[in-house]
Amino acid sequence: MAIEVRDVTKRFGTFTALDDVCLRVGDGALTALLGPSGSGKSTLLRIIAGLETPDSGSVQIGEEEVTRAPARARGVGFVFQHYAPFKHMTVADNVAFGLKVRRRPKAEIHARVEELLALVRLDGLAERYPSQLSGGQQQRMALARALAPEPKVLLLDEPFGALDAQVRAELREWLRRLHEEIHVTTIFVTHDQEEAMEVAEQIVVMNAGRIEQAGAPRELYEAPRNEFVMSFVGPVNRLGDAFLRPHDIQILPGGDSSPGSTEALVRRVVHLGFEVRVELTLQDGRDVWAQVTRDTTQELEVEEGQILTVRLPAPRVFAA
Amino acid sequence: MGARSASLLGRGLLGIYLSVLVVLPIAALLARSSHGGLSAFWREVSSPEAQAAIKLTLGVSVVVVIVNGLFGTLIAWVMVRDEFRGKKVVNALIDLPFALPTIVAGVVLLALYGKGGPFGVDITFTRAAVVMALLFVTLPFVARSVQPVLLELDGSAEEAAASLGAGRLTVFRRIVLPALTPAIISGIALSFARALGEFGSVVLISGNLPFKTEVGSVYIFGQIQNENLPAAAAVSVVLMLFALVVLAALTLFTRSRSKHVR
Repeated sequence: MAIEVRDVTKRFGTFTALDDVCLRVGDGALTALLGPSGSGKSTLLRIIAGLETPDSGSVQIGEEEVTRAPARARGVGFVFQHYAPFKHMTVADNVAFGLKVRRRPKAEIHARVEELLALVRLDGLAERYPSQLSGGQQQRMALARALAPEPKVLLLDEPFGALDAQVRAELREWLRRLHEEIHVTTIFVTHDQEEAMEVAEQIVVMNAGRIEQAGAPRELYEAPRNEFVMSFVGPVNRLGDAFLRPHDIQILPGGDSSPGSTEALVRRVVHLGFEVRVELTLQDGRDVWAQVTRDTTQELEVEEGQILTVRLPAPRVFAA
Repeated sequence: MGARSASLLGRGLLGIYLSVLVVLPIAALLARSSHGGLSAFWREVSSPEAQAAIKLTLGVSVVVVIVNGLFGTLIAWVMVRDEFRGKKVVNALIDLPFALPTIVAGVVLLALYGKGGPFGVDITFTRAAVVMALLFVTLPFVARSVQPVLLELDGSAEEAAASLGAGRLTVFRRIVLPALTPAIISGIALSFARALGEFGSVVLISGNLPFKTEVGSVYIFGQIQNENLPAAAAVSVVLMLFALVVLAALTLFTRSRSKHVR
């Protein structure tokens, strides 16, 4: 179901967590709230869930105005960073909780739990306790638990933040596929731009309690509205007021001195597999880095200490 | 001195310490109570006055433990989850029964709820007075064992339950209470053991009327005054057994309940 947040402000004491925020999320969309810590992204998510109440503004889920409705009446599935398992219950009882609270018939609960455990690939672990599961398994259990009562929207607060890199990558991919399968309107919070770009259809960039820009990942990357979005979504080089993307810096074959090119000293070459980071000092003494492929460095024989020619793109400058 | 011999020394010291303070007295008590054989022991224990004292002690202890379980949990809840002025003072007040010598507690209760007290109620020489005194001295046990657990409790499990459609009462009953149960049980076990043996606070206000308000500990004291040592020892052993059985049972229960909760 679509979610509509209008003019929401939330203060904690003197700290303004959200400053007049408006957000629209379409039915069935997969959206990321992206921003540094303290940007208000988690607060916004918790307000949509009903775990916090806004000081002013309104929240609408589907056709229903829910600003004052308690969390239990919103039909929202919520997944926490640290899984929030019910430690004294088995995996099956955790998943069944939302159905038991709704007093669904036993047979129905049993069938639904089986189905969900299969969906999150925890079949066979139904009688285990959360303490006997790995972090990734606990988070999948938490997801199954949130999905069990068929929520109108699924909200995830830094869902993969506490997991190690490999499990995190796996679960991202899996969340994406899950969303394709069940198409429930989903919002997840992350401070990891790569995660947001990889998983989400729409990214909402937040900073200091405000939304800086919302759009498709590619749109944010290619047409950032301001400095903050430019530097938060994707890598950047900063030259005074100007910004360049590292992959826009071209390393030219020796002897090429076409207009716009300049000489640079190679300070360091970092091989990251297919991608290579070349750290450069420009003629005027400024430091930048270029993102090139392994093939380029091999072809042009780029080495540390070498002086070579680079072409800088027209830098992007944002009005202050 | 190697770590191994240091650990041996540590264990040795612990053994001696516990022997002098705990094991030897219990052994002496058992020896004394079984002096005249099992039949003598049984005769002392089953005397009508001893029976009445033991029954009263167990009865009031159960009442005290139930009230304490409820109010101790409530106190802990308010202290952890609510913000109010004077919270620090109240927090310190909870420990008062620990700090106060029990006989002083007895005097205070006598002054408040005795003849001519400020409230105009006189509960002296009634069983209610015994319960009152025991409630006072055991007040901190449940509250203080539940408080830290509640403080450590991860609020997100409660939020998860709420978002899954559970009302406040359900969240408390299904999520919070199971997490607190081990702490409540251990507080209750300590309260129970304490209530079984309490003397100082009870002796003044209860009037020690045999068959009515005379609890086990006071009965034991009386028997020693009358130089009837076997009777005192026998009733002591019975009280001790009850305390041990209850402690062991509750410990086992807690352990089985909290196996998966880490």
